[in-house]
Amino acid sequence: MLIKVPLESAARESEITPESVYLSRRTFMAAAGGLAAMSALPLRAETSRYADVEAASNPAWFTEKLPGVQWGAVTAGDEALTPFKDATHYNNFYEFGTSKGDPARYADKLEVEPWTVMIDGEVAKPGPVSLESLVQPHRLEERIYRLRCVEAWSMVIPWLGFPLADLLKRAEPTSKARYVRFETKVAPEQMSGVRSGFSLIDWPYREGLRLDEAMHPLSIMAVGIYGRVLPNQNGAPLRLVVPWKYGFKSIKSIVRISLVAEQPATTWESLAPDEYGFYANVNPEVDHPRWSQATERRLPNSLFSPNVVPTKLFNGYDEVASLYSGLDLRKYY
Amino acid sequence: MRYRIWRVVVFLLALFPPLLWLYMGLTQQLGPDPGKVLVDNLGQGALVLLLLTLSMTPLRRLSAWGGWIAVRRQLGLWCFTYVLLHVAGYLTFILGLRFDRLLDDLSERPYIIVGALAFVGLWLLALTSNHYSVRRLGARWRQLHKLVYVILVLGLLHMLWVVRSDIGEWVFYAVSGAALLMLRIPAVAAWLSARPGKVKSFRKALTAKSAGL
Repeated sequence: MLIKVPLESAARESEITPESVYLSRRTFMAAAGGLAAMSALPLRAETSRYADVEAASNPAWFTEKLPGVQWGAVTAGDEALTPFKDATHYNNFYEFGTSKGDPARYADKLEVEPWTVMIDGEVAKPGPVSLESLVQPHRLEERIYRLRCVEAWSMVIPWLGFPLADLLKRAEPTSKARYVRFETKVAPEQMSGVRSGFSLIDWPYREGLRLDEAMHPLSIMAVGIYGRVLPNQNGAPLRLVVPWKYGFKSIKSIVRISLVAEQPATTWESLAPDEYGFYANVNPEVDHPRWSQATERRLPNSLFSPNVVPTKLFNGYDEVASLYSGLDLRKYY
Repeated sequence: MRYRIWRVVVFLLALFPPLLWLYMGLTQQLGPDPGKVLVDNLGQGALVLLLLTLSMTPLRRLSAWGGWIAVRRQLGLWCFTYVLLHVAGYLTFILGLRFDRLLDDLSERPYIIVGALAFVGLWLLALTSNHYSVRRLGARWRQLHKLVYVILVLGLLHMLWVVRSDIGEWVFYAVSGAALLMLRIPAVAAWLSARPGKVKSFRKALTAKSAGL
């Protein structure tokens, strides 16, 4: 019997790859690589689409929508996005206080689940709709819009939403419907600003659009921001975004959408009609009585670079100009 | 110089907030729009300093302590300094140093005009706050420095015009300002001046009582 003592360095029988497997190595590698890539993709979409985004416990109805999102449906060209932290910690949401930091501080008190939106007025299908069934039929799109506040600052924000027109069509507006009127939730026990005895606002907050403005493809209902669900201070769970108008038109935390025949009385217009018009189109030619609208401070800025940039008519969304042909934009500001 | 430590304390207390705001602004701790916050803080700080300046005379009447008057001018000059920085901040951070915008604001916007008038008024008072001016102007100096009451009203109006919807904070300042103006009504001022005597006699009575016990 021949006794072979293999060298320590020699390959053992079990270590030898069979020829068939050796030859199929490329197939195996390709498959494994594909699996690895596929498992990495959804992770990227959820966690690191944008830098420094605070993780959210997305509700089920939102998570279901995420895989179908059309990312980057509208972009803001080469304009830099406002960091998530700034877009969510510098807000006007007077239901939670008048200081810019108040909404981020106090809005977590707002209960956003369950949420029901009442749709009524001049529609064939009125009634209360749960948020889930309101969003369910729509594919979410990412729209990166410039947001211009009437206070002369601006941001660039990636919204997740769907066209308002699609929602309105489902309610089937009648021939009498000429305007859309929106209302924000008012819950004094959850909203510190509403409890203030010195506020001049007659709650609930109300806003409105002409029906053709509401039906314009740029007008969206947003449910998310930076690839995640809307934080409360940004108007969770459902808000309007109309990028060619000053920010206050884009009403937050909507609980009522009414189709109406007459131009609705809106909050800021009722409070100071000489300062805040119904249309509130961004217009560098029409100043606010207290400050110029010719320029804006693009945020974030720093003391070294105040980042004052010229304001554009309709906030640069020229495609809406035809909505206002024949309208004197100084009179109907 | 009397009350030296007290003067130094007031100096440091007034110097501290702008340095803190500047530091926070430079380190991005004032949020995404630090220039605006700086301008707002300086304006509000100036109003507080103006109200403090106006509190010194009533406090002196009430307490008979000379320290109040010893820091009155310093507080007034600090108020002017804050306003100067407030205006500089507005030119830099709000207007982006576009002086054509300044002309528009000055010709069209009442709240800027009112603010500018208050600024010019304070400038006059600051310029004439030295010993030489006091001697040189004589009785007219007192007349001129009564302008501070007008400046207070202009400042409050300027702030009211900035408020968008919640006037709580403004009401606090306006009520404080109104109270300070009322303390200057001669009868009220006389009543205030009578207080130190009463406080003293009260204290005397108290000590006598406890001594008796």
